[in-house]
Amino acid sequence: MADAPSGFDSFSCPVPFARYPQILLAHGGGGKLTHELIAQLFLPAFHNSLLEPLHDGAILTLPGERIAFTTDSYVVHPLFFPGGSIGDLAIYGTVNDLAMCGARPLYLSAAMIIEEGLPMDDLRRITMAMRAAADQAGVALVTGDTKVVDRGKGDGMFITTSGIGVIPPNVDIQPVRVRPGDAILINGPIAQHGIAIMSVREGLSFTTQITSDTAPLHSIVAAMLSACPDIHVLRDPTRGGVASTLNEIASQGGVGMELEEDAILIDEDVRGACEILGFDPLYVANEGKVIAIVPDAASDQVLQAMREHPLGRRASCIGHVVDTHAGVVTLRNRIGSMRIVDMLSGEQLPRIC
Amino acid sequence: MCLAVPGKVLEIDRAAAPLMGTVDFAGVQKQICLEWVPEVQIGNYVIVHVGFALNTVDEQEAEETLRMLKQMGALDDEVR
Amino acid sequence: MKFVDEYRSPEAVRSLVTAIRTATTRPWTIMEICGGQTHAIVKHGLDTLLPQEITLVHGPGCPVCVTPIELIDRAVAIALQPGVMFTSFGDMLRVPGSSTDLLSIKARGGDVRIVYSPLDAVTLAVQNPTRQVVFFAVGFETTAPANAMAVLQAHKLQLKNFSILNAHVLVPPAIRAILSSPTNRVQAFLAAGHVCTVMGFEEYIPLAEEFHAPMVVTGFEPVDILQGIHMAVRQLEAGRADVENQYARAVRREGNPAARAVIEEVFESSDRTWRGIGVIPRSGYRIRDRYRTFNAEERFAVDHIEARESPLCIAGSVLQGLRKPHECPAFGRECTPEVPLGAPMVSSEGACAAYYRYGKLAHG
Repeated sequence: MADAPSGFDSFSCPVPFARYPQILLAHGGGGKLTHELIAQLFLPAFHNSLLEPLHDGAILTLPGERIAFTTDSYVVHPLFFPGGSIGDLAIYGTVNDLAMCGARPLYLSAAMIIEEGLPMDDLRRITMAMRAAADQAGVALVTGDTKVVDRGKGDGMFITTSGIGVIPPNVDIQPVRVRPGDAILINGPIAQHGIAIMSVREGLSFTTQITSDTAPLHSIVAAMLSACPDIHVLRDPTRGGVASTLNEIASQGGVGMELEEDAILIDEDVRGACEILGFDPLYVANEGKVIAIVPDAASDQVLQAMREHPLGRRASCIGHVVDTHAGVVTLRNRIGSMRIVDMLSGEQLPRIC
Repeated sequence: MCLAVPGKVLEIDRAAAPLMGTVDFAGVQKQICLEWVPEVQIGNYVIVHVGFALNTVDEQEAEETLRMLKQMGALDDEVR
Repeated sequence: MKFVDEYRSPEAVRSLVTAIRTATTRPWTIMEICGGQTHAIVKHGLDTLLPQEITLVHGPGCPVCVTPIELIDRAVAIALQPGVMFTSFGDMLRVPGSSTDLLSIKARGGDVRIVYSPLDAVTLAVQNPTRQVVFFAVGFETTAPANAMAVLQAHKLQLKNFSILNAHVLVPPAIRAILSSPTNRVQAFLAAGHVCTVMGFEEYIPLAEEFHAPMVVTGFEPVDILQGIHMAVRQLEAGRADVENQYARAVRREGNPAARAVIEEVFESSDRTWRGIGVIPRSGYRIRDRYRTFNAEERFAVDHIEARESPLCIAGSVLQGLRKPHECPAFGRECTPEVPLGAPMVSSEGACAAYYRYGKLAHG
């Protein structure tokens, strides 16, 4: 197999595999074209000493501590949206799942299922986005796989990433640790990612400056754990939004929650988009947000640590855990009345009614 | 039923048939059919449902409603 | 957001609640027609702020909920036909037919697409000349002009591959049917603000007189609804039965004549079946003969329409305001938003879904 070219800098360089403007079934066949694709696109992009042996698995030396291990599949459509691409999500999503365990993310794997006919340029852009995201998150991509499926069977591309991280000794994050009285914190305004996706979805297009908030959360989480190692729960409110995530935790922890509508920040234009589509922002996906449930006494320190971090400037306390109505999340409205914030059933669809 | 939202008219394409324009909703913009509000001016607000402006917002009436509510609030304080 | 936030003001809400309490000396039953108003009431807990004497009853103002099951089955059958691109507002996708719904058809590989505007469906027809594009034209009078425009556009462009499956329902005949029912308890109505933005409110005047029931054209924000209730209570207490306009910033007496003209051009009134209620005379729109080529019911010969309702579903009673959702034996058990037996559990405007979502604590 050909040696990986060194010093691969930018994707504007006309590498030989660019003679194929689209992915062919043969690129997934395991033969010459597969090896070319790996050698000339993936290897240079993710280049590191652990990947280089190109064995079936990567051999890692891990410190003798607790390991966090996670996996996730990314099937977002469209592949490119304001603020990012499936590549960013695939790296940050898994890095964030590790961060939600309190872990320092270390190594990722990436399995790609590519639809025949995907333009090579798109694949290149996505790969570069993954590399940039991995750098930003301080992780290495150490093993991977590539398959190609028939045209019409793949929605462009699917990516599955798995990740390993190390958990510091005095950190113990799990839903059952949630306690009545705990403060519920979030690092910023909600609903940006879901709306950014909607803005480029066919049939719903609108012009906006709203971009996805996709970002790696490991460093803000590290700062929060420094301020308070005894954080009870961390979770990122992705699909289903803040409402679904809090309902899950309330259920798993056997507690109730009370939220304050005024404390939940939403940017004006995100709100405008939600109004015209008929969406409730509490159910819209986020990709750069972390919810932390912390002992009330520590909430000021944790908030301060969040606000000192670029991803947490507008962090706020959005409510508290209570010992009534176990498993149910309620919200106090601006006008002073209470309502239940239920779990989402199915996907939120734009409505006219 | 009938989710309709007020938005501000930013641009009007008088050459289009049916009449179309750009309407802004707190920073989000959409192309909206203005065929039934032909007298609309840039800067007016319209009530938008499924991509169509149903009517212009009568700003005087809106102010009147709010004024009445404020008065009600003022009376309220006196009663207490 | 301008013209929205002001009508969510906590101070205004407090003033209105006080005013309603002061004005109310006897029990009154008021119905809000529009599902959007139901949604706002339950979401903001407005009914919990009212004095006990006021009973709010939720009306059949959810076109999604009242679209006949037979039409859902027909939509499903058309969507399954090869070469068809079935387009719809998002609201309709989860409404249960006799055996399945449009979202499940989409999952099975049917080409079902959500559009924001009926004109988007016309654009899809232009962009896909080899496909038959069908649009599910649902709604009250609010949506009728937009759906009519789609037909006019298709006619202007001489499209051969566009048609609509029409399911319009009208509000005044529904009010008449409710007030004429021997078991009716409703004494006053909050009329649907956006319907009246198009149609005006003249047609409610004879109804208010004939049945001696006050009608207040009302908007959708908490302040609008409370102000509408206040105006209705003042009338009831004084023994009046007039039509008043709370939503004056959007509604004129004559509505929007240009929009009404477009409806008039494409549609004419007809009898219509309301799911869970039955046939209400002259309560729907049908496509006029001159545009019959755009009528999907004629274009697609579809057999074996089942039209079989779940025996457990009491949607009819709920939609007429005779029973509350949590009084239904199947509520929260066999019937949930994930597995809905009837339409009011699906649409976010449906009374059952609104109760399920927001009302569990208060109503048990």
